[in-house]
Parts: sequence; C-alpha cells; structure tokens
Amino acid sequence: MTDELEMRQVYCAKLIELSKADENIVVLEADLMSANGTKNFFKEVPEKAFNVGIAEANMIGVAAGMATFGKIPFAATFAPFATRRCYDQIAISVAYSKLPVKIVGTDPGVCAEVNGGTHMSFEDMGIMRGICDMVCFEPTDATMMSKAMKQIAYNGKPTYVRLFRKKAEKVFDDSLDFQLGKAIEIKDGKDVTLFASGIMVDRAIKASELLASDGISAKVVNIHTWKPIDEEAIISSAKATGAVVVCENHSIRNGLSSAVSEVLVQNFPVPAEFVGINERFGEVGKNAYLSEKFGITTEDIVKAAKKAVSRKG
Amino acid sequence: MENKELSSLTEKARQIRKDAIEMIGRFGVGHIGGVMSIIEALTTIYYYSANIDPKVPRAQGRDRIIMSKGHAGPAVYSILSDLGYFDKSLNSTLNQNGTSLPSHCDMNKTVGIDMTAGSLGQGLSAGIGMALAAKLDKNPCNIYVVLGDGESQEGQVWEASMLAGSKKLSNLIVLLDSNRLQLDGYVEDINGLEPITDKWRAFNFFVQDVDGHNIEEIANAIDNAKAQNEKPNMIVLRTIKGKGASFAEGISACHSMAISEEMWRKEVCKEGKND
Repeated sequence: MTDELEMRQVYCAKLIELSKADENIVVLEADLMSANGTKNFFKEVPEKAFNVGIAEANMIGVAAGMATFGKIPFAATFAPFATRRCYDQIAISVAYSKLPVKIVGTDPGVCAEVNGGTHMSFEDMGIMRGICDMVCFEPTDATMMSKAMKQIAYNGKPTYVRLFRKKAEKVFDDSLDFQLGKAIEIKDGKDVTLFASGIMVDRAIKASELLASDGISAKVVNIHTWKPIDEEAIISSAKATGAVVVCENHSIRNGLSSAVSEVLVQNFPVPAEFVGINERFGEVGKNAYLSEKFGITTEDIVKAAKKAVSRKG
Repeated sequence: MENKELSSLTEKARQIRKDAIEMIGRFGVGHIGGVMSIIEALTTIYYYSANIDPKVPRAQGRDRIIMSKGHAGPAVYSILSDLGYFDKSLNSTLNQNGTSLPSHCDMNKTVGIDMTAGSLGQGLSAGIGMALAAKLDKNPCNIYVVLGDGESQEGQVWEASMLAGSKKLSNLIVLLDSNRLQLDGYVEDINGLEPITDKWRAFNFFVQDVDGHNIEEIANAIDNAKAQNEKPNMIVLRTIKGKGASFAEGISACHSMAISEEMWRKEVCKEGKND
C-alpha cells in the first residue's frame, strides 16, 4: 500500500515508473541520493541518474542544460540547499529560461529535526513562489505524492516540490482525485476555515475535531499547491465561514499565510489568523518539541481558530 | 586551413567586428571591450567549425553554442544576423524598448541563441547538462561554451569544471576569453586567475593556449579538440579587450563605455585590416 511507504520511497518508485514509460526522465542528486531515497533509481536506471557531488548551483545549471534537450530533470537536495543556496541559478537558468526543471527540496521546516538550524528551511516556499512562473507544491501524504508525480513531470513548468521525505500521516485514500493547483476540501464546516499544507493538514483535521467538541464547526481545506494558488477555493471558503486560519510548517512571512492573505484582501477580507513560524530560525530537536516551541501544534490551531471566530463581526 | 579559407574568415571577422561596433554605437553605450575580444573566436566557431543550419535553428543534431559571458550578446547578434537567423535590420534595435536583442543573450528572445546567460558563471553548468544529454541521446553534437576570465571568479564555474572533468565530457569545448580585464580593472589585480592553463589541466581538461585573435590557431585548436575523446576541452584565448576598436582597445575602462556617433562611424568606415 502506498500509504505504508515513506514519501521518499514513493518519490523514487514513481521516478522509476515514469522513466520506464519515458526515456526523458532524468534524476539529479548532490550527494544525497541515500537521504532522498533515490538510491534505487540509481541502481535500476543508472544511465539516467546523475550524482553531481556537493555542488547544488551546478546541479541546477546541469538540469537546465538537460532540459534544453527535452529531458525532464528531477533535482533533489535538502530544502534550504535546493532553494536559497542556488536561488539565482533557479531564477535565471531555470525559470527565466523557461525550462521545466523539477526541484525537490526535502526535509522542510521542522522536519529537518536533528539536522538543526542550518538545515531548517522556513523560507523555501516563500522565495520560490517569488519567482515568476514557478509552480510550488507541498504534498500531504504518500497517496497524494504518488498521484502528483506524473502531473509534476508533465506540467511543462519549472516546479518546486517541498517534500517531507519520511512517513507522513495518512490523510487520503486511493479515491483521492488529485489535481495540481486545485485545493482539496477535506471536511466541511461553517464557522471557520482551516487552510493547511504538508504536515499541518493532519493537525488541522485533529484541531477541527477538538473545535467540534467546543461547538465550533471548522472547514478543513488542504492547499497543497501554493502557486498557482486556488483562489476560488480560498474565496468561497472565506465566504462560507467568515474567518480563516492558515496552518503552515513555514515562515508566515511570504509563506502560505501571505499567499492566502493576498487572495483575501483583494477579494473577500475576513478575520485571519496564522499558525506558522514567526521570525524564528530553526534549531535541533524532534518534530514534536520544535512544533511546540515554534507554535505549530494542533492546540495552536485550536487557539487560533477560536480567536479568528471571536473576531468575526 | 587553406589560405583562401583563412583570408575569407579574416575578412568575415573584420566585417562582423564593424557590425558589432555599429550596433553598440548606434545605441550609444555597451559592452564593447568583451565584444571586440571574442570576435575571431566566434567567427571561427560559427563559420568554420560548428555544425549549424540557420534555416533550422532548433535542429536536434546541431552543435550548441553558449555565450556564458552573456554581455557579449552584440558579437553573437552580428554573426546570427549575418548568417540569416534573423534580418539584419533588427541589429539597430539592440537594447531598445521591446527588442528581441537584449544586451545579454536570451534563448527565448533571440532566434539562434541556445542558452540564456547574463548572470555570470552559469553557462558552463548548462553546457555540461547539454553534453550529458547529448551523450544520453547518442547525439554526436558538440557543445561550445564561451567563458569570460572575470566570469571565472564565480565559484559555480569550478563546480562545473570539476564535474566536466570527472565525467570526461569530450563533446564539450570551452573557450576562455582571457582579455585580462574585468569591469573594475585588471583580473590579476582584483582576483587573479593565473596560472590559468594549469588550473584547467588540474581539473582534467585537455587544455590549449592560443592567440585569441589568430583564426588559424583557434581553428586548429578546435580541430584538435574534436580529435580527442578523453577529456573536456579548454581553449584559452589570449585576447585584447576592445580589440580592433581604436577608441576602446587597451583602455582599461572599456568593459562598458559610451560611444559617440563620431567614434563608431570612424571605425566602421576604416578600410583594410583592423590591425
């Protein structure tokens, strides 16, 4: 079963599957094939697998050059190195050049755990969504990742995938109708909408259950594609519930909170609360410890939802 | 190379140089220094060695040419328009609002440009990606990459060179325009590259060191490069920044300079050889 797998196992298995059907699928790593789970691809499809060594900027440029030959390169490394370390290469050699390179940043935010502050990217989606035409996607669980890979490969766009590489909490079953760019309503509600992404989706669902016991009906919407963002889903949810909470394992500045706010202020402003990283650098620790310290737990979502509801006119 | 071919290429370079001076001159300001220094090498690549067809600019089997020192765009545009990739009348639109000829090379704006460049240090990585893809596709094409010497101060160039050497990409022909000057002054005064041939040899390149204004030497070096199958190629072009434009040659501040009508018309009307 897909949902028994780690996200990186799904990533690798889908790459192998895609490469069997399409000779243009190529995989690049910068000395993290073991960490990112693509070792099997290197073993099974060695001629399409390129480990460039610890040189991320070059990896992005090499991927761009391959894309000019019609290749569909997937280049992965830890999220901070996949984004902020080679930002100009991504902006110019990939996006400005209109080359559909797929950049995969693993272990986002608190998921970097004991790799600590140097490896803990809270700004990766923010800087990537600032690049013109860049598609920014954060899968929720293994089922979604499995369904997303083909769409990512063939969307014809430079794309950033923010990938928690280990075992994600199961949210979806095989009946999931996944479309890149289309938000998913997981649970309907009428008092407040919880917009969530990545590891925060499971927490938002749990928060909605706690809120229900306090008499608050919360709608839960998974915004997996931060760009292009599903404006219609955001506006209709805000209209239906009159208040929103954005839940992200990322800085609220230029993160999903900003992206949702941009849509709301232009279309249908409602009280909004943000559960995300607020002006903090990361540090070593387990996910649960860091989530509590940085204020992104289920309980933080419950508190924020109550506050959002109380702010309604 | 036969004398007839050499004199024809020499004449072609003279004409391309004039076209480039006029193109930049008509706009009034531009990267004249690094455009002038690379004229002979580009003439040799486009008119002597590269397998290209202006009628099929996106042909799969064509050689790729990357101007990594992207600010030398006008040198490339002079050649592309001469070869018929686009109409020569476009040359007068250089850097004008809405132009398809920007100062730095852009693959999505200009027919015949194989890779966007301008943010220095990125072209060689793209060239390596192309060389790897070509090998994967069993496409016999060669990938030419023109690097600047100032540009070589970018760390990415050395990340890339390490990989090219490690992967033995013999279909990669890198030409280094060693004109010894960068925007702020002499390369060796600012952050020196020498001994540059030793550096590239140490990175497992097949290195040749030539007079970058001698078409015969450049052509021979490219022939030698194509004849060996063991290593990626580096051809160090010893050049003079501003070469052949009397108002720029030997002027340390010629990286980008203002050019009056009188200045460029005098050059364009010159008879005979530049030197």
